[in-house]
Order: sequence, then structure tokens, then C-alpha cells
Amino acid sequence: MAVIEIKTPLTKKDRKKLKAGDHVRISGIIYTARDAAHKRMIEALEKGLPLPMDFTDEIIYYVGPCPAKPGEIIGSAGPTTSGRMDTYTPELLDRGLAGMIGKGNRSERVINSMVSNDAVYFACVGGAGALLQDCIKSVEIIAYEDLGTEAIRRIEVKDFPAIVVIDTKGTNLYETERKKFTNKLWI
Amino acid sequence: MKKIGVLQIIDHVAEMCIEANTFLSDDMMEGLRRAKQSEESENGKEILETMLSNFEVAKNKNIPICQDTGMVVMFVTFGQDLIIEGGSLEDALQAGVAKGYEEGYLRKSVVGDPFIRANTGNNTPAVIHYQVVPGDGLKIKILPKGFGSENTSALKMLKPADGMAGVKEFVLQTVETGSPNACAPIVVGVGIGGTMEKAAIMAKEALSRPLGEHNPLEHIEALEEYLLEASNALGIGPMGLGGINTVLGVNVEVFPTHIAGLPVAVNITCYVNRHVEREL
Repeated sequence: MAVIEIKTPLTKKDRKKLKAGDHVRISGIIYTARDAAHKRMIEALEKGLPLPMDFTDEIIYYVGPCPAKPGEIIGSAGPTTSGRMDTYTPELLDRGLAGMIGKGNRSERVINSMVSNDAVYFACVGGAGALLQDCIKSVEIIAYEDLGTEAIRRIEVKDFPAIVVIDTKGTNLYETERKKFTNKLWI
Repeated sequence: MKKIGVLQIIDHVAEMCIEANTFLSDDMMEGLRRAKQSEESENGKEILETMLSNFEVAKNKNIPICQDTGMVVMFVTFGQDLIIEGGSLEDALQAGVAKGYEEGYLRKSVVGDPFIRANTGNNTPAVIHYQVVPGDGLKIKILPKGFGSENTSALKMLKPADGMAGVKEFVLQTVETGSPNACAPIVVGVGIGGTMEKAAIMAKEALSRPLGEHNPLEHIEALEEYLLEASNALGIGPMGLGGINTVLGVNVEVFPTHIAGLPVAVNITCYVNRHVEREL
């Protein structure tokens, strides 16, 4: 299977080249955030306060890592279920977020927002926390340190393996691939 | 009369928490290898290959397989003649979890009040189910339960008239909705009968039954096989990206129930189906 190397930040032009089903290796800076950090960011926006960073052309990785063992910079760090962030994601896409890395399907509202903002959604293999930890080269907490594993981290990844599951046109691999393997004799 | 000290219990529980999160049981490994061989989807094959490589990395680096090291569920079988020395059994079990999650660099994923949501800092409390039996034994089974899959579980109070067909429909519906988010290929635990909570507890414990072992009742074994084949015909596949391996096993447990009821609980676990057991 052909693999596409991509570098962050990811401009609109680069995003539009990616198609659902593409296997990619991501290198560069990405940001971690999950349930509690999203909730806090959206609450900040509702109060008219700024976000902790500018998300233009950046990627958010939905992950809450394990603590780092001595000699390591981070513990196991695989993706969490993206659907829980659906309520919050369009607000961030409207502010320039280029894409998300997680696992599982997204809501129609998120997909529509992705299409209007030319954003990409990547999935990586859930549960593969040890293997994905190996791709993380540096870690720095940049906001909400009190949230522990849920704090926003700026991480540098190298050759982080992922699949484009929803592209800028809204083509959704969760819909297209499943159909090919459904056994109609049973359903 | 047999005696066990609380310090011994704490150490065993701590070790079991670390072991469960770092190494997958042989039956699960074998199930995933078989899935990789049979998988027809290219994405599915590659995903299964990644899952298998990840177990190697976790083993070699001695780190958790998955960052969601779960909320701990325990099934404790306690002999009524056994004496616990030096403190309470419940406190010892909870202290063992706290020790294991700290010393094993496992993620602390438990929040105290469900609304205030402040992390308890040591992954306790664990959810502990006790069974008191004759004799002086102590058996502890530990299932660290990740919530990507736990969130896709469901319970329904069916009517007796819904029967076998109703049960099949509800289980398949739960698998269809849940498995793309639950890190398929999943294992499905089903509890049928009893009361609402009894069905749920049976469904949870069913997850710890080794893959390939069936319920001894003939009609329940047939139900397990039907549900496995029907689930895999859905086409959802590994990580929901298409394929013929959506479910690795369906384990059904049953219990007598009320004339008016047919409770059905479906508990889903991801392919990192962690369970370890020790007899102390």
C-alpha cells in the first residue's frame, strides 16, 4: 500500500490533496486534546476569552497518554473515540483547525463543517498505544496542566501512521468500506 | 483455618493490574492471529498487523498495550472460612489497585463525582463484585475496562414474548452501533435473565471467558455461534474500516428470571480484552 508522507502544519492546499483511504505518515508538531480540554476551550470561547493557542492549519490528536516511565518522555499514547468531541469540533474548525486524529465515526454536523473548512480527519489504530508512543519525539504541556492526562500537549511526531478516513469532500471511509464486506445473505 | 495478610493481597492485586495492562492473554493473541489470516479487507489486514506489532512493542518496552488502562473491575470469590489479617479485604483490594497504577505508570482514568469530574489520582475506586463460597480459598479476577468499548454497551428489559428473536435483534443492533467506536474486533459479553443488575454483571464476567469456550447449554451455544456469524456479516471490520472480522467471540451467560421479564445486557470490550486471575 502506497504511503504518503505529510508534514505539519497542514495548509488547505495540502489538505485538499488527501483522499479518504490514503495511508499517511505524519511528521511535525501536533497538539493533544480530549474531552475536558475541549470543554474548557469552548467555555472560554463562550465567555469571549481567547483559546490557549492559534489552531490555524494545526492538527489535534485525541489522546490521553499514560504517565512516562523513567527514561521515557511519554507513556502509551493511542487514540481515543473522536465522537465524544463532536459537540465541540465545528467551533475549532471554524477557527482554522486543519484536522483531527482519533478513532471512530464523526457526526454529520462535524463532517459538514469539515467540508466547509477543508479539514481532514485521520484515524489511527485504537489500542496501539505502545507503538504510537514510539513515534513521539518531544512533549510539552502548553495549557490546562491541572487536567493531567487531559492537558493540552504540544508533541512532535515522526512517521506517525494514520489513515485518511474523512477527506475535505466529506468522503467517509466508514461508510464506503463497510459496504464492500457486508454479507447480504445474513442481513 | 487459613489466613491471608492484607499486604500479600495488596501486592498480588498491584502485580495483576500491571500484568493485565502489559500482556494480552494467549487466547486473545491467537484469536487476533486467526483474524489476520482470514481477513479479506486490505485495511483490515494492515490494522490487525499493527495491533499484533503493538503487543510486541508493549512487551519489549514493558509499557501498557493501550493508554486507556481502564477502570478496574474485580470478581472476588471469597471462602467463608478464610481469615483476612491486618485490615479489611475491600481496603486491601483498593490499595492494590492504587499501588499497581502508580508503580506500573498506568493511566489514572477515574474521576470522583460524575459531575464534578475531579480525577481521584490513583485510579480507585475499583468496582468489586464479591461471591462468598464454602471453603477457605480466595480467587481474584481483574478486568481493567477501557471506556471506548464500555460506552458502546447497552441493556434492555425485553418482554418474554420477544424471546430469542428479540435477543438476537438487540445484541446485533448494539454490535452494529458500537463496534466502529469500540476498537473492533471486539468481544461481546451477553447476560440474559435475572434482574437488571444481574444481567449486567453476567455480561461483564462473560468477557473473561477464554475465546473459543462455549456455554455448556446447547441452545445458548447455538445462540453464541449465530451471533458471532451474524455480527461478522455486518462488514464493519477491524477499527470499523471494513472487513469480515468485527467480532472475535460472543460469550453468553443465562440466569433464572421473573415470569414477566427477559433482561438482556450487552457488554462490549475492545480487542485488548484484559483479564487475569489468581488463586491466593
